[in-house]
Amino acid sequence: MRVFALAGRRLAASLPTLLIILVGVFLLLQLAPGDTVDALMAQMGGGGDAQVAADLRAFYGLDLSVPAQLGNYLWRLVRLDLGFSSIYGKPVATVILERLPATLLLMASALSFAFFFGLLLGVLAARRVNGWPDTLISTLGLVFYATPSFWFGLMAIVLFAVHLEWLPAGGFEEIGAGYTGLRRTLDIATHLVLPTLTLGLIFLAIYLRIMRASMLEVLSLDFVRTARAKGLDETRVVVRHVLRNAMLPMVTLVGLQAGTMLGGSVVVESVFSLPGLGRLAYESVVQRDLNTLLGIVFVSALLVITVNFIVDLLYARLDPRIGAGG
Amino acid sequence: MNLSRRAVLSTSAALASSVMLPQNSFAQEQPRRGGVMTVHFATEQRILNPSLQASTGVYIVGGKIQEPLVDLDAAGNPAPCLAESWESSPDGKTITFKLRQGVTWHDGKPFTSADVQFTAMEMWKKILNYGTALQLFLEAVDTPDPHTAVFRYARPMPMNLILRAMPDLGYVSAKHVYEGSEIRQNPANTAPMGTGPFKFVQYERGQFIIAERNPNYWRNNLPYLDRIVWRVVGDRSAAAAQMEAGQILFSPYSALAIADFQRLGRDPRFDVTTKGNEGNARTNTLEFNFRNPILADIRVRRAIAHALDVPFFIENFLGDFAKKGTGPIPSVSTDYYPGPDTPQYPFDRRRANALLDEAGHRRGAGGVRFTLRLNPAPWGEDIALWSTFIQQSLQEVGIRVEIVRLDAAGFLRTVYNDWNFDLATGWHQYRNDPAVSTTVWYRSGQPKGAPWTNQWGWTDAQTDQLIDAAQTELDPAKRKALYGDFVRRVNDQIPLWMPIEQIFVSVFNKRLRNYANNPRWASSSWHDLWLAS
Repeated sequence: MRVFALAGRRLAASLPTLLIILVGVFLLLQLAPGDTVDALMAQMGGGGDAQVAADLRAFYGLDLSVPAQLGNYLWRLVRLDLGFSSIYGKPVATVILERLPATLLLMASALSFAFFFGLLLGVLAARRVNGWPDTLISTLGLVFYATPSFWFGLMAIVLFAVHLEWLPAGGFEEIGAGYTGLRRTLDIATHLVLPTLTLGLIFLAIYLRIMRASMLEVLSLDFVRTARAKGLDETRVVVRHVLRNAMLPMVTLVGLQAGTMLGGSVVVESVFSLPGLGRLAYESVVQRDLNTLLGIVFVSALLVITVNFIVDLLYARLDPRIGAGG
Repeated sequence: MNLSRRAVLSTSAALASSVMLPQNSFAQEQPRRGGVMTVHFATEQRILNPSLQASTGVYIVGGKIQEPLVDLDAAGNPAPCLAESWESSPDGKTITFKLRQGVTWHDGKPFTSADVQFTAMEMWKKILNYGTALQLFLEAVDTPDPHTAVFRYARPMPMNLILRAMPDLGYVSAKHVYEGSEIRQNPANTAPMGTGPFKFVQYERGQFIIAERNPNYWRNNLPYLDRIVWRVVGDRSAAAAQMEAGQILFSPYSALAIADFQRLGRDPRFDVTTKGNEGNARTNTLEFNFRNPILADIRVRRAIAHALDVPFFIENFLGDFAKKGTGPIPSVSTDYYPGPDTPQYPFDRRRANALLDEAGHRRGAGGVRFTLRLNPAPWGEDIALWSTFIQQSLQEVGIRVEIVRLDAAGFLRTVYNDWNFDLATGWHQYRNDPAVSTTVWYRSGQPKGAPWTNQWGWTDAQTDQLIDAAQTELDPAKRKALYGDFVRRVNDQIPLWMPIEQIFVSVFNKRLRNYANNPRWASSSWHDLWLAS
C-alpha cells in the first residue's frame, strides 16, 4: 500500500515536469521552418498544387495560431487523446503501440546484457587490479566506449551477415515466414543479436568502469577488513559484502540511462532497420508530425519516470539505510 | 551516358572475349515461375496510391498494384495498358480512350469507364501533383459505354503531351472504393487496390510491404513472381550490406551511396546501371533569387555559371552516372531536346571575373566581392557535393558563399515560400514532357509557396508566350520548335541554370531476368519479371 501511495505522489510531482517538456518540444518544433504539408510536398518531388496545400493545412489544423494549436493539443491530452498522426494516417496511440514492443525488447536486452557483463567484468578487473586481466578489460572498455555505434553496427553486419552469413543483416523478423510460437521467438532473437550487442557495448564499457571503481572503493572500507578478519573466504566477502554495496552507483546509472537508451537507439534502429520508437521520433521530426513526436515524448517521459521509480525502490532494497519514504 | 574512355575500353575488351556466351544463353532461358522479389524501400510514403501522388516512392510500390491508361514500351513509346486505343478530335479538345475489356479489380468487380471518370475528375484534377496542372482545363469525362472514356477539354490538349504524361499521371483507382468517402482518409491509400499483376497484402510501417501474385491478371499466365516484398531500409550503408547478403535484390532510384555504386559495380553478382531509368531524368539546378539586386543583374548570373567547372565536378565526384547538362530539357528527351547549340556558359574564370568587374563588384578586403547564402536541398549525396563545389568555385572569383543546410520541410518553406535565400540548388525532375514538369520553373504567375516553380521574382513576357503557345500546340514538330526557342531564351536569360544531367542509378542482383526493359522500369508493373534459380 505504501508503495502505491509513493507511486501516486511521484506521478503527481512529475506532472509539472511533463507539462514543461511537452510545451517545450511543441515550441521548439515551431522554430523549425516548414510544416508537415511542406514535408509531404517534398515527398511528392514536384508538381504540388498551392490550393491542395492550403486545403491540407486546414485539414491538419495548421492554419490556426500557435497558441490555439497548443491549447487544442493540451486539451486533447487531458482527455487522454494523443491525436492523429499526419504521416501514418492513424491515431498516434496506435502508431506508438505498434513500435513500443521492438523498442522495449531491444532496450531491455541491451540493458541486461550491458548490466550483467559490465558487472562481471568490473568485478574481475577490480579483483585483479593493475594485473593483466584488469589492463585487458579496461582497454577493451575504452575501445568500446570510443567507437561510434553506427560503425560497430555496420561492421558487425559486414562480418556476421555478409561474410559469415550467420545472422540476418537487418529487420525485426523474417518477413512473411509466418512463424508462430517458439519458432518466432527464436527468429526474433536471431534478428536482435547484433543490434543488442551494438547498443549494449557502449553501455557495457561505462558500467564496467563504474563497477570497477566502486568495487575498489568499497574493498578499502573498514567493514570489508572486518569481514576478512572474521575469516570469511574471499568469494564470500566479494559477493555478500562488497558487491551489494558497490551496486548502488550502477543502479543509479541504469536508471538514468534507461531514458537515454530510447534516444540512443535511433542509430541502431536505422542501421538494423528495426521498427522502434527512435526511428519513429526521427521520422516525425523530419516530417514535422507534431502529434506523433509529442506522443513519443509523452510516452518516453512516462517510461523514464517509471524506471526512476523502480530504481528508488531498488535503492531501499539494496541499502536499508535509504528509506523508500524519505 | 557519358562513357569514360576506361569504360569503353573495358566494354570492348569484354565484347572481344567470350563473355558474350552467357548473355546468349539468357535469351534461351525459360522463364521460371515463382520466387519472391525483394526491393529496397528507402523512404516511407504517406500514401501508396499513384492516382493521388506522383512520385517515385509511390510508383515503386503502387505501380505493381494499380495500372495507368497508357504505359511505355521498350523503346519508350506510348503503349496500351488499361486503354487499348486513343484518338483526338481535330480541334484537340476531345480525347477518346477505348478501354480494355474483361479487366477486373482485385476484389473481383469489373473495371469500367466510370472508374476512369471518377479518378480523372476527383483525383487527377483535384489532388494529384502535376495532375492538377495537366488537367486544369479538363471539363468532364463522358462515359457513353462502360469501355469508352471521352475527355473533354476547354483548351486544345496535344496528343503527345497527354500520352507522355499518362504513364505517370494516368493511374486509375476503383470508384467503388473511394466514392462517397473522404479521399485523403481512405484506408485504400495505404492498402491500394487495383487491376495490376500484384495484389496488396500487408504494410507494416517501418518494416515491410508485401504484395502477391494476382491470379486473375488480364495478361494471361502472368506475372511470373509469387510475391514482392519491399523492405524498409533507411540507412544507405545498411541497404548496401543487405544487397550483398542477398536480402534485397533491387535498389532503385540512386538510394545507395555513390561509393557503394562503384564498389558493387565491380562485383560480378550485381548490375549497377542507369538502364531502365531513362524516363526518370533529372538535372541539378542553380536557382537565383532576383530579390537580391546583385543577382538580378544578368552579368552576375552569367559570371557564376562561367565560374563552375562542371566537367571537372562530374568526372571527380559523380563518375559515369552523370553528364554535362545544357539546359532545362535533358538530352534523353528525344522528342523535345533542342540539341546542345543553345546559349551555354563554359568554364572560364577570366570571363567570370571580367563580368563581375563590369557589374561593378570590385574585390574588397580579402579579395571578396560580396557574400551570398546557398540553400542546398537535403536529398541526394550529389547535391551536398555540388553545393560545396559551388562554394569553392565561387570563392575563386571573389564571391563568398555561406551554405545554409536545412531538412526537406525547412528547405521548401525557406526557399519557395519565404524566399529567404540567394542561391539554392536541388533537382529538377523531368517528366518526359516540358509542359508537365519543366515550364512551371520559368512561367510567371506561380502561386507563392508552390515548390519547384518560378519563385525567383523573375518575369519574362517572351518566355511566358513561348510556354503558353507550346502548351496548346497540336503539331508535334511545331511544339518541338517552340520548346527549342524556349530553351534558347531561358538559357540566355539564365533565371536559373541546369548544368548537370543525371539519370537515376539502379542496383540489380543478376538473378533478375527481364529487368530494366522499359524507360521507367522501377515504376512499371513488373508483370514479366522473373528470378533465375
